[in-house]
Amino acid sequence: MRLRALPALAVAGLLALTACGGGSSDTASTSSAASSSGGGELTGTLTVFAAASLTDVFTELGDQLMAENPDLQVTFNFAGSSALATQITQGAPADVFASANREQMTVVTDASLDGSDPTVFTENVLEIAVPPGNPGGITGLADFGDADRTIAICAPDVPCGAAAEQVFTAAGITAQPDTLEEDVRAALTKVELGEVDAALVYASDVQGAGDGVEGIEFPEAEDAVNEYPICTLTGSQNPAAAQAFVDLVESDAGQQALTDAGFRSPSS
Amino acid sequence: MTLRAHVVVRRGTLLVDVDLAVAPGEVLAVLGPNGAGKSTVLRVLAGLLVPDGGRVTIGDDLWDSPEQHVPAHERPLGMVFQDHLLFPHLSTTDNVAFGLRTRGVAKAQARRTADEWLQRVGLEGFGDRRPTQLSGGQAQRAALARALVGEPRLLLLDEPLSALDARTRLTVRAELRRHLAAFAGCTVLVSHDPVDAMALADRVVVVEDGRVVQEGTPAEVARTPRTDYVARLVGLSLLPGTATGTVVELDGGGRVATGEDATGPVFVAVRPGTVSLYLARPDGSPRNVWPATLVAATPHGSTVRCDLDGEVPLTADVTATAFAELGLLPGAPVWASVKASEVAVYPR
Amino acid sequence: MPLPLLVPALLGTAFLVLPLLGLLVRAPWSNLWPQLTQPAVGQALRLSLLSATLATLVSLVLGVPIAWVLARSTIRGRSVLRALVTVPLVLPPVVGGVALFLVLGRQGILGRWLYETFDYTIPFTTTAVVIAETFVAMPFLVISVEGALRAADARFEDAAATLGADRWTTFRRVTLPLVAPGVAAGAVLCWARALGEFGATITFAGNFPGTTQTMPLAVYLALQSNPEGAIVLSLVLLFVSLATLLLLRDRWLGRSAVPS
Repeated sequence: MRLRALPALAVAGLLALTACGGGSSDTASTSSAASSSGGGELTGTLTVFAAASLTDVFTELGDQLMAENPDLQVTFNFAGSSALATQITQGAPADVFASANREQMTVVTDASLDGSDPTVFTENVLEIAVPPGNPGGITGLADFGDADRTIAICAPDVPCGAAAEQVFTAAGITAQPDTLEEDVRAALTKVELGEVDAALVYASDVQGAGDGVEGIEFPEAEDAVNEYPICTLTGSQNPAAAQAFVDLVESDAGQQALTDAGFRSPSS
Repeated sequence: MTLRAHVVVRRGTLLVDVDLAVAPGEVLAVLGPNGAGKSTVLRVLAGLLVPDGGRVTIGDDLWDSPEQHVPAHERPLGMVFQDHLLFPHLSTTDNVAFGLRTRGVAKAQARRTADEWLQRVGLEGFGDRRPTQLSGGQAQRAALARALVGEPRLLLLDEPLSALDARTRLTVRAELRRHLAAFAGCTVLVSHDPVDAMALADRVVVVEDGRVVQEGTPAEVARTPRTDYVARLVGLSLLPGTATGTVVELDGGGRVATGEDATGPVFVAVRPGTVSLYLARPDGSPRNVWPATLVAATPHGSTVRCDLDGEVPLTADVTATAFAELGLLPGAPVWASVKASEVAVYPR
Repeated sequence: MPLPLLVPALLGTAFLVLPLLGLLVRAPWSNLWPQLTQPAVGQALRLSLLSATLATLVSLVLGVPIAWVLARSTIRGRSVLRALVTVPLVLPPVVGGVALFLVLGRQGILGRWLYETFDYTIPFTTTAVVIAETFVAMPFLVISVEGALRAADARFEDAAATLGADRWTTFRRVTLPLVAPGVAAGAVLCWARALGEFGATITFAGNFPGTTQTMPLAVYLALQSNPEGAIVLSLVLLFVSLATLLLLRDRWLGRSAVPS
């Protein structure tokens, strides 16, 4: 009973919070009504394992959930999806897993550790990141085949590198990178420092970097759309809170937060 | 080529201010207690320490003045250290050849000369050994060869025998004496051992608290010490006083009769072997008899050295047999007596 | 052997050795050979050995004089200098890599000048690997050598001076031979640290097979996609470094031992 009711309450609370920011008084009263009737019912600890790219959005959503449920403590473990999947299969105490790709979610489902069916809650596409002012004069993906430019892409072993390979293959471009970065953050750092002319990163990373980099969208990105699945886990000590968090992520408010951070809603 | 040095160095609370002169072929011993500043003087002469003042010259060459400092490696000198300081990573021959090599002698020639010197100090055939494979005496001989091989104008010896055991010390001292006699340059020897100084030096300078307190030939210094330190070193009790005829009124009270006439401020020196001890005031009327308290008694070969406190503080050497017969314990009252003819007196 | 020493010693050894045993146990022995003979492995290993050795040589040339200044000179601000040169020890290597960018990168203080004057950039080259490794590993050498210099009897240097040796000759012919075991130990430590260097290298030099991908980088990336391969690579790195260290140790021990 409660399981089903909770997501609605959480969403209501979230709506109220975002509405408060907008200053609308009648939704604010809804919020207080929702809080007084259902807020604070979730208790204990909730541990969310989430892909590093979700750090900002999920931290924000976690704060909202805690504000709604003062007795609930939400903690996060942000890292690379493969590292997280390994930790979960090794028995790490996690309630929710949000992966940056389907492969690492498969690792978890293959081990039958998924408590709910994984659903894709957001997508991320590649974008070209260049230093402010675009000193290398990058115009599109074709420039990544120019050996004279200093280019960073992710190593093929990590998700953003695998996506980059797909994009280059589809576009028929032989990339001439100077470095194969161990993760997207490292690639972005080199753009921010102005040490490379361009890097291939995710749209959410460009968004997160603020004024430090400029983003250039390119059509070939559609060939490597990255889908983010989420699920609760069988080992969860707090399934109610876990489900509440998943529902919050999939709610309109959660989707808006993701869009603001450069992600986009699932196409299907 | 005389070495003339006025060395001024401030080291914490100690101000070292010493004047020295050493003629070519002469051996000067700087004698003094630990911390008196004698090693400081030697380091200044070596050029290892820049003095705070004064002047060091050898012949016409200026080594140190307020305006000038010639560093150690530019001074034609040789130095022997207390614990030899042979370089452990070099063979004995290469140690001795080191000073020749740094001064531009070709390697083969340097090694040949080094081996000749090893032969001179009695270390023929030891050239290939490492310093750790030499005995203490052999190492110190090698160190002497290393210091002399460059035919320096100044030889500095810093406690060269004090790290050796008693037996080795005797033989090395004798050899050192022979080599010093053959050495044409100036030699300065620093020691806290009066025997080394007396045996090796032509002249002795006694340094206490950074100052020269006495200077003279070894015999003069031994016979007429002018400070308690020197007196203790040469085994005399030193009593300052004022003489009138054959009687000296001691500064610390009491009086001593002497065999010689003197007038004015004097030192009285008493050899411990001439002091006799009695349990009761001796009969007859010896001119020098004083009540005293036994403070300490230390066996010293076949005699026992007795430190006495009283109006006239003295040290007495009595035979072990006599000491046993007296049955003395520290704190016991005794009578001490000395013949007037055995008491030395000389002006202060 | 006293128990209060023996027991912690055994525990400590187990603590240090068991993870290595774990690697051995989990190694995919059946398909070890195909994993080992991948050209990328040899490439990364060669690059690792080359860059660690070059970094050690650079550290010797620059680090021994630093150690001498710290141990022997009387210049003011020596303790500040010591603190500064040991900063890379406490700095997270990734931060070290970023700091290197800020000086030697294309936009860096010196790097910009190099780039604009000679059209030369350091990052993403093997030179950058050596620089990153030197930055992280040299403090180990400096500290070892300074310790050896302080422990060595400075009076040997006085003796050399009285034998006509100026300070440079004294350093070459007396000081350096005296502290040779300390220099060797420092060089080994430095080499080992450089061989395992990851953070500063991947940040400042990037990661490209053949140019900048050293073994630790290869291990880390293999871990993302092929954990078995990562274990194999780790074992190779482990084996090569152990073999090198043991070999060098024997040689040095053989040379410095004094027959009695």
